[in-house]
Amino acid sequence: MTAFDPKMVRGDIPLLKREINGHPIAYLDSGATSLPPRGVIEAMSRYYERHHANVHRGVYQTAAEATELYESGRNAAARFLNAPGGSNEIVFTKNTTESFNLLARSWGAANLKAGDVVLLSEMEHHANIVPWFQLRDAIGIVVRFIPVTDDFRLDLSDLDQLLEGVKLVSITGMSNVLGTINPIKELAAAAHRVGALMAVDGAQSVAHLPTDLVDLDVDFMAFSAHKMLGPTGLGIFWTREEILNAMPPFLGGGGMIADVSVNGFTAASGPTRFEAGTPPIAEAAGFAEAVRYLEHLGMDNIAAYEHELTSDALTRLQQEFGGRVRIIGPTTMVDRGGVLSLDVEGVHPHDVSQVLDRHGVCIRPGHHCAKPLMKRFGLAATARVSFGPYSNTSDTDALIVALHDALAMFG
Amino acid sequence: MSNLDDLYREIILDHYRTPRNRGELPEPAIKAEGHNPLCGDEITVYLDVRDGIVNDIKLSGHGCSISQASSSLMSAAVKGKTIEQVRNTIATFKQLMTLEEGAENEPVNLRQLGEIAALAGVVKFPVRIKCATLAWNTLVQALGDLPDA
Repeated sequence: MTAFDPKMVRGDIPLLKREINGHPIAYLDSGATSLPPRGVIEAMSRYYERHHANVHRGVYQTAAEATELYESGRNAAARFLNAPGGSNEIVFTKNTTESFNLLARSWGAANLKAGDVVLLSEMEHHANIVPWFQLRDAIGIVVRFIPVTDDFRLDLSDLDQLLEGVKLVSITGMSNVLGTINPIKELAAAAHRVGALMAVDGAQSVAHLPTDLVDLDVDFMAFSAHKMLGPTGLGIFWTREEILNAMPPFLGGGGMIADVSVNGFTAASGPTRFEAGTPPIAEAAGFAEAVRYLEHLGMDNIAAYEHELTSDALTRLQQEFGGRVRIIGPTTMVDRGGVLSLDVEGVHPHDVSQVLDRHGVCIRPGHHCAKPLMKRFGLAATARVSFGPYSNTSDTDALIVALHDALAMFG
Repeated sequence: MSNLDDLYREIILDHYRTPRNRGELPEPAIKAEGHNPLCGDEITVYLDVRDGIVNDIKLSGHGCSISQASSSLMSAAVKGKTIEQVRNTIATFKQLMTLEEGAENEPVNLRQLGEIAALAGVVKFPVRIKCATLAWNTLVQALGDLPDA
């Protein structure tokens, strides 16, 4: 039997009890950050109240407990992703962005040379673009983009040509603007056929879809705890153990060394060599709880529920507003997740968002750190609605009422 | 809780729907570009300054109602004015957009601002202040170190 009951999930999220401007909060910005359940918040409080100590150093009781809690986050990530090499393959970073910087500056700088191609797509987040441009400017790699079709999918018609000279393919699992779910498994197979490796921006996809690294057969995965009901300040970088062990350290300092003398240093082995300094311990404990919570709900159930919710919202928005509210993203539910970018006729996304706030509806206006994609569709910004496992159709009801208000005010 | 009507005053909606002084000016008009990297709003200010007077001003670009209305209101306020008057208006507007409510602040002379005073409500919505000030900061850039007269 499924453990997933949206009503129960809603009850687990303290923030959803708030009222905003006299309305129950309709939180539709899970693409930016998700709302943690009580258990995650309590796990972090419990850590500070009962177990707080620095990790990997002290021999006293609480230091051992803190280390165990921190490592429980690593174990949870490995289990959740079905990482083939287990927790030795999980590196904690600050966020998805830092994970991509680690990939580019450590693996990229050590393994790529001038002229080597990194293949991205036009729907990437800046986190998976800028580090590659930085590396290009430093060592002369070539950054190439898979175009996006008019129906908001990757244009793979010339994939063989696009793959020429490619050493790394780095693509988002699910667009944070369009909601498009990309064929990662197929792209990984295509990358491997030409001897390239495959990286995935899992910031959206890991939080909303089941992820099995063995099945996907990719080589790198980056995502953030806070988009999957966990705390901010903790990102995850995964790669195969043999790749990880050959990667040079990225940030230097305490915790990442095996030995230091006045003559130099030797880096530690395993993930800790990428975790210089005191890490986010409470956040790792909170993340472990978030993973347990998601596992309890079942990612298949969450994906199915959000699919249904998005399908309902898509249909109702189209029925209610016709051409006045344009969806910037697939309008069918095939390979699409719970992100709806709206272009509201005659109303700038900032104004949409401002009027929606009056109704307690939280959405995000802007370019969503995907300016190449905005440019591709001739837009400066969109008003983005995004769902989470705690969302429900009353959030969509509130959205529709508020959109009518915005159109009436500016139309 | 701030009232949305304080933000979207009728004058603001009017200037948003029917922006004044839209367009471009040919060279040798002064041209300055401003953009708000957070929201993607862009504005270009064209100034035709003759004998210390803003003979003409045009604006192009795109943005939200607050940034568009603010630039339209600004253009109407500075056209035909001396550089000195324009700088004074900019200073008064900046004062209007300052968050501090301390008693040491001199009260803003709203009458001097005319229609621009309609933007006074923006200060209650701190995230929107940058929308309102974009055009003005771009105007400051366009004026550069032009002499007052």
